[in-house]
Amino acid sequence: MSATAAGSGDQRTALRWDYSPAPEATDHVRLRDRYGLFVDGEFVEPAEGGYAPTINPATEEPLAEIAQATAADVERAVAAARAAQPGWAALPPLERGKYVFRIARLIQERSRELAIVETLDGGKPIKESRDVDIPLAAAHFFHYAGWADKLVHGLAGGPVAPRGVAAQIVPWNFPLLMAAWKLAPALACGNAAILKPADTTPLTALLLAEICREAELPPGVVGILPGDGATGAALVRADGIDKVAFTGSTAVGREIQHALAGRDIGLTLELGGKSANIVFEDAAIEQAVEGIVQGIFFNQGHVCCAGSRLLVQESVADAVVERLWRRMQLLRVGDPLDKNTDVGAVNSRAQLDRIRAAVAAGEEEGAVRRAVACDLPERGYWFPPTIFTGVSPAHRIAIDEIFGPVLTVSTFRTQAEAIEKANNSRYGLAAGIWTDKGAKAFEVASALQAGVVWQNTYNHFDPTAAFGGFKDSGFGREGGAAGLRPYVRQS
Amino acid sequence: MSALRSLPHVDRVAVQERAAALGKRSIKTDAKRQGIRLAISLLDLTTLEGQDTPGKVRQLAAKAVTPSSEYPEVPSCAAVCVYPSLVPVAADAVSGTGVRVASVATGFPAGQTPLSTRLEETRCAVADGAHEIDMVISREAFLSGDDTRVATEIALVKDACGEAHLKVILETAELGSYDHVRHASMLAMEAGADFIKTSTGKAAQGATPGVVLVMLEAIRDYVDRTGRVVGMKAAGGVSTSKQALHVLVLVKETLGDEWLTPERLRIGASSVLNDLLMQYARTATGRYGRSEDFSKE
Amino acid sequence: MHVAVRKTYKLYIGGAFVRSESGRHDPALDHRGGHVANIPRGSRKDVRDAVAAARKAQGPWAARTAYNRGQVLYRAAEALESRALEFAQQATRVSGLEGARAREDVSAAVDLLVHYAGWTDKLHAVLGGVNPVAAPFLSFSTPEPTGVVGAVCADDPSLASVVGVIAPALAAGNTVVAILPERWPLTGLDLGEVLGVSDVPGGSVNLLSGRTAELAHALAGHRGVNALIEATGDPEIARTVDELASETLKRVLHLPAPAPLVTTSWEALRRLESLTEMRTAWHPVGA
Repeated sequence: MSATAAGSGDQRTALRWDYSPAPEATDHVRLRDRYGLFVDGEFVEPAEGGYAPTINPATEEPLAEIAQATAADVERAVAAARAAQPGWAALPPLERGKYVFRIARLIQERSRELAIVETLDGGKPIKESRDVDIPLAAAHFFHYAGWADKLVHGLAGGPVAPRGVAAQIVPWNFPLLMAAWKLAPALACGNAAILKPADTTPLTALLLAEICREAELPPGVVGILPGDGATGAALVRADGIDKVAFTGSTAVGREIQHALAGRDIGLTLELGGKSANIVFEDAAIEQAVEGIVQGIFFNQGHVCCAGSRLLVQESVADAVVERLWRRMQLLRVGDPLDKNTDVGAVNSRAQLDRIRAAVAAGEEEGAVRRAVACDLPERGYWFPPTIFTGVSPAHRIAIDEIFGPVLTVSTFRTQAEAIEKANNSRYGLAAGIWTDKGAKAFEVASALQAGVVWQNTYNHFDPTAAFGGFKDSGFGREGGAAGLRPYVRQS
Repeated sequence: MSALRSLPHVDRVAVQERAAALGKRSIKTDAKRQGIRLAISLLDLTTLEGQDTPGKVRQLAAKAVTPSSEYPEVPSCAAVCVYPSLVPVAADAVSGTGVRVASVATGFPAGQTPLSTRLEETRCAVADGAHEIDMVISREAFLSGDDTRVATEIALVKDACGEAHLKVILETAELGSYDHVRHASMLAMEAGADFIKTSTGKAAQGATPGVVLVMLEAIRDYVDRTGRVVGMKAAGGVSTSKQALHVLVLVKETLGDEWLTPERLRIGASSVLNDLLMQYARTATGRYGRSEDFSKE
Repeated sequence: MHVAVRKTYKLYIGGAFVRSESGRHDPALDHRGGHVANIPRGSRKDVRDAVAAARKAQGPWAARTAYNRGQVLYRAAEALESRALEFAQQATRVSGLEGARAREDVSAAVDLLVHYAGWTDKLHAVLGGVNPVAAPFLSFSTPEPTGVVGAVCADDPSLASVVGVIAPALAAGNTVVAILPERWPLTGLDLGEVLGVSDVPGGSVNLLSGRTAELAHALAGHRGVNALIEATGDPEIARTVDELASETLKRVLHLPAPAPLVTTSWEALRRLESLTEMRTAWHPVGA
């Protein structure tokens, strides 16, 4: 900082005050050695598949053995769901809602345990699982519970019936929260659901299975089948499902849509993104810098709507990048269980490899890479917060989703150019706008092909607000009344 | 100064979100002990009451010099802060201890006295031994858009201070918006303030985390641009250890470690000292404390 | 002696009546198999041109006010009504529809245009709204046009069934490329002439005649199409359309054949909803 160089004559104190390690205690959590599949209200052994360990990406230590579902298990779970669904749908709506309310309450009661397990299994900072993932998951169940007896109002009064059995596949970046986004509306609308958590983060879904039991949810209404891509592929192709909801990569989404071709199965896809975060010269710069950081480094950048493409008006570009770089030095990267950690571990070895490959490609293309110099733990999967400047829109790093703490920076000159560049993407999930001028914010927001547009903020989510993408980011919405539609049949 | 005032942009929602997020830093064990000692060393231990007497000021000064006889490693406070009439008492009481004497001046807290009176008050306080002057800006001039007068008055008071350091109180609760807080911060720094200070402690709100953050960001910009170091004083409403540590976190993560020194950072308060000591004792003994374990003054 | 001046049927692309770039033609037959006219047999390149025209028209169409789009659709209803008799007579002559049925079909088509004309400025209130988020933001969700809609019409002589796929797409702010019924293309091509003299902007609706399987393939596989309506009832076509749609994640609305007439506002809303994307905006509250 230039102040020290200014030679004001003041003495720097000997004391360099820093935060001591503040690890969240894990003694509250008792994980079992192995977890079975959750079928028909019971934990059961897999029919054919074995068990695979799920590991802590921050230490590479195994946490538990997890049953891996195969097609035979899918068949069992679908049969249980089919059997349970008519009774579930026939419950008086308020009573059905009460079960969903119970789930919301149980998540709140067990919030600390769930937060710790989410962080252990996925590598995200405890402050995020504690303050974002778990409370929002509970809020989603709470919100949709209240819809159960008001569906006709949420659906503009039309005649509605549940679709039947929903097959739901969720990713590893927000394991419990995504499960909540999927299960809550499905259950409220009277469907049975079979959820497949991601293979690297199955634990909170299995705790959610325990919660379903605790809530005395009728057996079969929720099934949880851990497994990898093969399990998911079997699930979406299973006979007896009526609806598929998938959150994950665009490539897999495309595969699922192709696989379902010609079948009368409702489909919603929440896929990838390369979302633009647009900083205008009249923005509140300090807050914009903070928003850029939130946009790309939240959850190690493992966020489908991450603001991974920074577009800055040329007149303030240098100032913004300089402040951003300075701000990035303050990011505390490390032990996800430490309450002061800002950036945790990358979710898996495979994801780390993908991020490294993308970054290497960016350097080869000639973009300028800067990474925060931080002491990374020896074990575990880590990637330092990184920005690329001098990025041209044609560079792969500006086009492809990286899904890691990597930001590309490019500039624009006019509002029209900003809109053009923001929309010049195959994706259309989200966007950020930083301006202090209300009229401009509304105009730009309405011109962006993005399912969510944040002004002067980023990565805010709420159960009442619809979320989902345009173009290759998928179709269908989650959240609010719009999130009910995929789970009903409207004649 | 241009006739048309152009305000900088500060987004209130985002500022408050950031300030609140920094309030969630977990300060435990060593960090807490060090942080508490640091916070005490930054304190302007203050009494600004109509019922202040020489006796009260002497007791306060003694407490500022030796906050705790039980824990000798706890440092002295940075200063005692009193009304101008009690400066001679305070100066005498802290003489030779390294604790400085700060005096509010300029018609504190409203600033609604003639300029000549305010300047005279300042000169008297300095002559009586004040090392630091805490002035208030004319909110009346600021809110009516007369930036020139605000700046001129600060420059004149600075002049009247001579060798004494000048802290400029913005009384942010009366400014109405973060945009105004940032603008007033810049005005004060441009006019020569050595420190900018949030509040008198007499308004409805004091050093809220959002206000502190906006002022710190203004300092950062000013220092970047000019190279002249300006200090920050958070005063008003900082009454618990948690709040004091929150101020330290805001400063550390905005201006950096260089600002965690009495030359650049002060916390103006009174009752917070005993809470800090109580928390300090808690880290030493592992037992939760009680207020009567520490003398009030 | 009066020699009839026969009509040359053309595709309707970008607001112009054009021959197929391929120069190919097919005979259009009446219900007894008699030759009525030659119609252009559209090609993949005609699909390409139509999508290009629709893309170009989409932004400006969506940018019009909802009130204005409603008036344009209403104007189309007026234009169609003024030629109702002619449409009914042609339907009887070509498709063999009994007179009253033919008149009903045209009336239904007019009514659909009127119905959707009234939707343009109500869709936001019905599907969207303010989200009471638990944070200091004004958050609201609005249904936005998906973009360019490709429609594969049912092989059905009904005018109302063609209008029933075009009108919701337009009402929601989309532009349309429609593949007309292979066996019964004349009604749709005539509709182009009605739209051409109404206020519907050129390029907003593009109508292609030809072989459904060939054109549907090109349309569903076009990367510039954002959503599809498939109303053929043909499982093979439905499957192909889905498979091609998956390449760019287009949403697909399948309608059973014979296409049900839109007789309820629920059905209308369902179609509108599937041709829109919700956008949620968050604006800070506080300065």
